Amino acid sequence: MTSAPTPVPAPVPAPASAQAPGGSRWEELVTAALLGTARRVPTGVPAGRDAPTALLDAAAVETVRRRAGMRAGRAAARIEPAARDPRPALPPAAARRLTMLLADRPGAGGGGRRGTAPDLMELLPQWLTTANGHGYAAPPQALPALLDAARGRTDLRPAVLAFAGPRALWLARLNTDWRFALRAAPGGGAALPGPEEPERMRELWEEGLFAERVALLSAVRARDAAAARDLLSTTWASERAEDRLMFLDSLRTGLCGEDEPFLERALADRSRNVRSTAAELLSALPGSALAGRMAERAGACVAVDHTYGTPTIAVETPHECDPGMERDGVVAKAPAGRGERSWWLGQLVEATPLGTWPGRLGGRTPEEIVALPVADDWRDELHAAWCRAAVRQRDPSWSRALLGTPAAPEAGGPGAVSLAERAKLLSTLEAPERAGWVAGFIAVHGLSEAFQLLGVCAVPWTGPLGGAVVDALNIARDAGSYPWSFSGVMGLAERCLDPAEAVRLEALTAVPDEAEDAAPGAGGYWSESFQRLLTTLRLRATMQSELTPS
Amino acid sequence: MTEQGVRWTAEQVLALAPDTASRKAGSKLGAAGPWSEAGSSDEGTVWGLCRGSGSKPYRTVIDVADSTGPAYKCSCPSRKFPCKHALGLLLLWAGEDGSVPRGQAPDWAEEWTEGRRKRADDKRAADAAGSPSPGDPEAARRRAERRAEWITAGATELEQRLADLLRSGLASAEQAGYGLWEETAARMVDAQAPGLAARVRELGAIPSSGPGWPVRLLEECALLHLLDQGWLRREGLPDGLAATVRSRIGLPASADGPPVRDQWLVLAQYDTADSRLTTRRVWLYGAGSGRTVLLLSYGAAGRAPELALPVGLALDAEVSAYPGAGQARAALGERFAPAAPTEFRPPGVDVARAVAEYGEALRDDPWLESRPVTLGRVVPVPDGEGWQLADADGELALPLTPAAGSRAGLWRLIALSGGAPVTVFGECGHLGFSPLTAWPQGPGEAVTLC
Repeated sequence: MTSAPTPVPAPVPAPASAQAPGGSRWEELVTAALLGTARRVPTGVPAGRDAPTALLDAAAVETVRRRAGMRAGRAAARIEPAARDPRPALPPAAARRLTMLLADRPGAGGGGRRGTAPDLMELLPQWLTTANGHGYAAPPQALPALLDAARGRTDLRPAVLAFAGPRALWLARLNTDWRFALRAAPGGGAALPGPEEPERMRELWEEGLFAERVALLSAVRARDAAAARDLLSTTWASERAEDRLMFLDSLRTGLCGEDEPFLERALADRSRNVRSTAAELLSALPGSALAGRMAERAGACVAVDHTYGTPTIAVETPHECDPGMERDGVVAKAPAGRGERSWWLGQLVEATPLGTWPGRLGGRTPEEIVALPVADDWRDELHAAWCRAAVRQRDPSWSRALLGTPAAPEAGGPGAVSLAERAKLLSTLEAPERAGWVAGFIAVHGLSEAFQLLGVCAVPWTGPLGGAVVDALNIARDAGSYPWSFSGVMGLAERCLDPAEAVRLEALTAVPDEAEDAAPGAGGYWSESFQRLLTTLRLRATMQSELTPS
Repeated sequence: MTEQGVRWTAEQVLALAPDTASRKAGSKLGAAGPWSEAGSSDEGTVWGLCRGSGSKPYRTVIDVADSTGPAYKCSCPSRKFPCKHALGLLLLWAGEDGSVPRGQAPDWAEEWTEGRRKRADDKRAADAAGSPSPGDPEAARRRAERRAEWITAGATELEQRLADLLRSGLASAEQAGYGLWEETAARMVDAQAPGLAARVRELGAIPSSGPGWPVRLLEECALLHLLDQGWLRREGLPDGLAATVRSRIGLPASADGPPVRDQWLVLAQYDTADSRLTTRRVWLYGAGSGRTVLLLSYGAAGRAPELALPVGLALDAEVSAYPGAGQARAALGERFAPAAPTEFRPPGVDVARAVAEYGEALRDDPWLESRPVTLGRVVPVPDGEGWQLADADGELALPLTPAAGSRAGLWRLIALSGGAPVTVFGECGHLGFSPLTAWPQGPGEAVTLC
């Protein structure tokens, strides 16, 4: 450093690192600088007027010397590398698409009116499902953005974590922001013990965290119903009430007749919630003793009365909720605003196996039973209870009967069966039948009530369903309303419409002539909405092709 | 004009975006939906019509083949540059899904491209023919002398203020607050020494910068003193160091080094912004020369600097160094071909070598904060609150700078590594290492971390 215009002090060996001590000269300078040369003059610096300058000279030399003499530090303890991800890498085009989808995260800038551009974040779930279907590994550098996206949206988590693979769990252990990934993956990503490891299984069941135990029980149940029940029986008596409730709930999977004795014992549980869950499960087993007892009680309340001109269902509500009923899970106290006796009736009918009704009501089919008039305004109460039973017992023939034909006038209005109940009933039907029913409903009743029903249909929508939605949107546009009245359905259509429908949409993207009675400017907004729908469908088609191995 | 067959990647296109909102808006337009009559020519013109909310679609055209960088024109009213339509069209073009077929450019696109290229050629011819700086050399000399006098007066005054500070003690700086330094900085602006003004302004922020501030304040005061003294005694300095002092003071210089033609790999590009100015730094590595150079370009607040070189591309071009010993800054000269993707990676060094190189570089420029370096085979390792990069085959490590430790790019680096060695380019200095770009162990594209 010939450049420093300072008297160079006697050379001092450079410190081992920038932070290390050994810079006693430097410390002396810092102390003097803090106090001021008026109070303290470091050694080797003349006192008086030039002391500040001499101190700065010395400090400059020390500063450059310290920096130039800096050494690398010791490496900290290494961490275990991430497990290898054996899955194949994404095709390059799909990897680029993922970058673009993730760039559209909320908080990544932008915003404002939606315009004609697709909402990329809404397409991420579908992209993930397809990528997972092909079994691709996530690009490592995309993992932080993926985990951030999943952190904000719990609905994305299962698909993101499946796609992100073992390295995401490795990352989650290093960053507290992503701890949810460890919770979602039982055992912090370690595989659950299988049937070949009874020791590990028992150990995890007896000593694991609650979430791990639930995951273990569910996994075992999915594999072997009896093994799960046996595992649960070993510790049942000593479990806490909340835990008993959650564990009992896992028996829903693969519920079968062999579960009955266990559930019967649970009917005598100390906890009311456990008792009612056990009762509910038993009632979903048509052959169970509880179902038989409920059928008997309900049968005493509902009968065909021939004293009217036409056969009519007569209802005689229970007079009391006896201890036997309570033991079988009937809740005695009615909620505010409901009559006690109709409350009891509802619970009895709901828990009665649907298969017992044709025998009890003159050999009629479910359709015929639903069509019977009901005396004394009991129809709504009775039908609602049958709806709940059909959903609980996953009974398509009763669901069909209660749904009725989609074109029936009461289907679109406030009938005995609400839209929410219809949506639940639809979920018991096979996908094509479900889609067909909703298509028929939309064709007759339009879109304003269809949102809930569309939500239970499988993606992508079938041809008839997609056609019905597009036609209905077209009709709504011609009727002159604004598109945002249908923004919910539009949003669903962007995600669910088959990309093949894009052709039908072409014609709808033109701005129509403004009709006299139309809302001002509506045509332009409709055109914009259809353009966005079209763009989104094309993008979805491109996404699918990018993910398809060539 | 060569090689138009190679299209860019989406990341490379998105790197052109002037801000995050444009990135996002551009991404959304990178799908076939709103586009019609899109196409690209063998000459490197990309065009298309984009339907917006109005009745007339926007006409967007981009010249990707120009050797001075991509140029854009769009009939939309946006003042962003490039606008979202240009970005969207480039993304569509990069997507190679057939929505931008090869073809003959329509008249409106052709006219613009030709006009542009002609103007560029004319300018180049004029530059080559005319003298670089017309004007009276005598007047220029007098102007330079006058400015030097002002700077000398400023530096002398600053020395006085530093001496006063040291006499009364740094502890008093904590009480004096920011005002004193702002006023001094304004005096340095008046003295036409922007480099001094910037350093003085930074001094003002140190007393509130947390534990250890007296050490940092003394270091910066001492280096500022060194710079003042360097200016006041510049006549006695070697030429290279004198040029470094002039550049650190903030005197303008032109890149008069001999042009070096090479395949320049784009190592990193990042922006820093204050309320007035966006500064873009682009690091290049010459495959043949082995030199690492820095290109700087500026944009007014809210506008992206015009120079945009996506990381991972390489360009056949000439660069010329600015004067000053140990200075990495250079200017981009003639480009012989548009930037194109490359598999080439910079060679890496180990941690000890990286630190030693920074130490050696201080010989030429004692004010140097950091030095560009590529670390080969390093692993990110957690170390207390922060992270370090450790040699995969040794026991030494470099801490990451506090600023780098809080960037989102850190987690991309950690995810890319997964505990295994990676190659990392970044800036290595007395505060630690600031990673900018990384490459995976096996084959794979460069991953930007900034």
